[in-house]
Amino acid sequence: MNENGSKVIETINLKKEFSVKVKNKGKIRETRVLKAIDGINLHVYEGETLGLVGESGCGKTTTAKVLLGLYPPSSGKIMLEGDDISHLNRSQMKSFRKQAQMVFQDPYESLNPRFKIKHTLMEPLEIHGIGKNKKERYEMAKKILGEAGLRPAEQFMERFPHEMSGGQRQRVAIARALVLEPTFLIADEPVSMLDVSIRAGILKLLRSMIAERKLAGIVISHDISLIRYISDRTAVMYLGKIVEQANTEALIKKRYHPYSEALLEAAPNPDPEVKFSLEKIKGEAPNAVDIPSGCRFHPRCPKCMEICKEVEPKEIEIEEGHMVMCHLYGGAGNE
Amino acid sequence: MTLLDVQKLSIEYRLSDGKLRAVDQVSLKLESGDVLGLVGESGCGKSTLVKGIINLLPSNGRIIEGDIVFEDVVLNKLSKESMRKKRWKEISLITQSAMNSLNPVYRVGDQIAEVIIEHEKVGKRSAMEKAEELFDLVGLDRGRLQDYPHQFSGGMKQRAIIAMSLALNPKLIIADEPTTALDVIVQSQILERMNNLLKGYSGSMILVTHDVSVVAQTCTKVAVMYGGKIVEYGDVVQVLKKPNHPYTMGLKNAFPSLIGEKRELVSISGTPPDLSKEILGCRFAERCPFVIERCKGMSLEKTEVENGYFYCIRHAEKEELRKRADLPETWESEV
Repeated sequence: MNENGSKVIETINLKKEFSVKVKNKGKIRETRVLKAIDGINLHVYEGETLGLVGESGCGKTTTAKVLLGLYPPSSGKIMLEGDDISHLNRSQMKSFRKQAQMVFQDPYESLNPRFKIKHTLMEPLEIHGIGKNKKERYEMAKKILGEAGLRPAEQFMERFPHEMSGGQRQRVAIARALVLEPTFLIADEPVSMLDVSIRAGILKLLRSMIAERKLAGIVISHDISLIRYISDRTAVMYLGKIVEQANTEALIKKRYHPYSEALLEAAPNPDPEVKFSLEKIKGEAPNAVDIPSGCRFHPRCPKCMEICKEVEPKEIEIEEGHMVMCHLYGGAGNE
Repeated sequence: MTLLDVQKLSIEYRLSDGKLRAVDQVSLKLESGDVLGLVGESGCGKSTLVKGIINLLPSNGRIIEGDIVFEDVVLNKLSKESMRKKRWKEISLITQSAMNSLNPVYRVGDQIAEVIIEHEKVGKRSAMEKAEELFDLVGLDRGRLQDYPHQFSGGMKQRAIIAMSLALNPKLIIADEPTTALDVIVQSQILERMNNLLKGYSGSMILVTHDVSVVAQTCTKVAVMYGGKIVEYGDVVQVLKKPNHPYTMGLKNAFPSLIGEKRELVSISGTPPDLSKEILGCRFAERCPFVIERCKGMSLEKTEVENGYFYCIRHAEKEELRKRADLPETWESEV
């Protein structure tokens, strides 16, 4: 763990809102605000992986896109190694893109089918003017491909994506993300399209790359059991807010927020004698346009109290490094 | 009572450059009330097998030997028309992309009613009443019957499809990856609901999935498929707790769990065999850590165990192999 390391990326009260047109009887009646991210505070230390877990539509992917500068934030700040990067101009953005890279969900769609692997890996180097000449860029690309576990690298360099399996393609995607030596890497559901038998290998590769290169990594998934194998710390997201955040193993042993509890209990388990349970959660997540009053989880929460319906809980530190946002543990207090 | 008896079924696809035997001499028995999990990696033939059972193979695929007996009727000898009458009414299929199999320009309610009207001599009104009951069963609001598919979330569409597949209380439901695209909580909700509904009228189900956890949580029996063959079959607790085939041992290791201490995830290196070539002996031999000379080239040896069977030439040493399979070193090798 890297408690003493420096924070590579940090968000301060980050918000992202979209305006959506609400249709009623076929006509646009009103424009409303969809709060995709509603004030989140996150940080990732050097060499550390943060897992971001939650249901679909909770804002995980929007968070990734805002952090990578693909959407401008509505308010709040993003700090990269101490510099505010919330609003960058074009040339600043170009050098930022070199530092922040992403691995996408679907390796069948994220690689250019007409590019040989060497072109896929050498193109970013060329764009950012790294390496003196083609030969040097080729060597750099080959080296990273080998490190991503595709050996002999010379052979894989000459292949097209369709000549490779899903796992191999995802390794190429990881190599492409790392060839620019970024400081910050986001992987959005990196193994959900892959076969179970090869998932472990990809997760291990990501994890070791992040640790060895001292990157700040964020891995997004809806499956908390996968997050357990890759992240040092985990943040649980619900409707645009981080409701609980802690060291991953600590969170699995003791979860405070009823939503984290429900998420863990509902996950199917490979042991046929331990069944999942749905007692701790009702229904589906509401639409982010109509966020419930008070605590946004209260309509689905089995432990809902009167106060939960009216007052939004504040984030409190319940144990060292374990943040939770729930009235069960206080958190109603004034500023 | 035996509901479905698949006898030595082989299915071949005709390709531009030869043939591919996707299912090779598979035998399978299903009693009424059984929920069978069919697990395996992509390309192992699990979808082809179920498509063969329900007689919906693509035009280049055909059954080259074996029979499918469903309640004393040989399905593969039925005419197109009599098979069509059986679908939905006696056997229904929930496909992999079920969410996209609703017709976008018809109301969801009308689509469900259509199935009922087509197979039972009832009017529109009583069909709609039945559809309302079905929506209650799967936990959808009756009012939503008037909605179009695009107004539904992914989980709701999936429930609507399940409602449709249950419309005529079929004796057998074949569900091909019914929840793969869904979130953990929605997935568990749907699986629980389907299980309860089936129990209500002792219907049977074949659940096709690559997710061992889903099988562990929902099924009573499991068949593990590899390279077009069922390599191990038995009661779910027996197979997952004490696997006999090295492939099942490997699959189990590759699965993340939230219970107990964190254990290292281990992937099975290599890729599944190319089925367009003839393979002698055990199909898993190439990737098996316990491979010996005899595995290749010899015909397969079936070992019967209580309520099941498996194919492994080293069956006598299964206790020993199981112990070794638990160690991550056993599976380690280059990509």
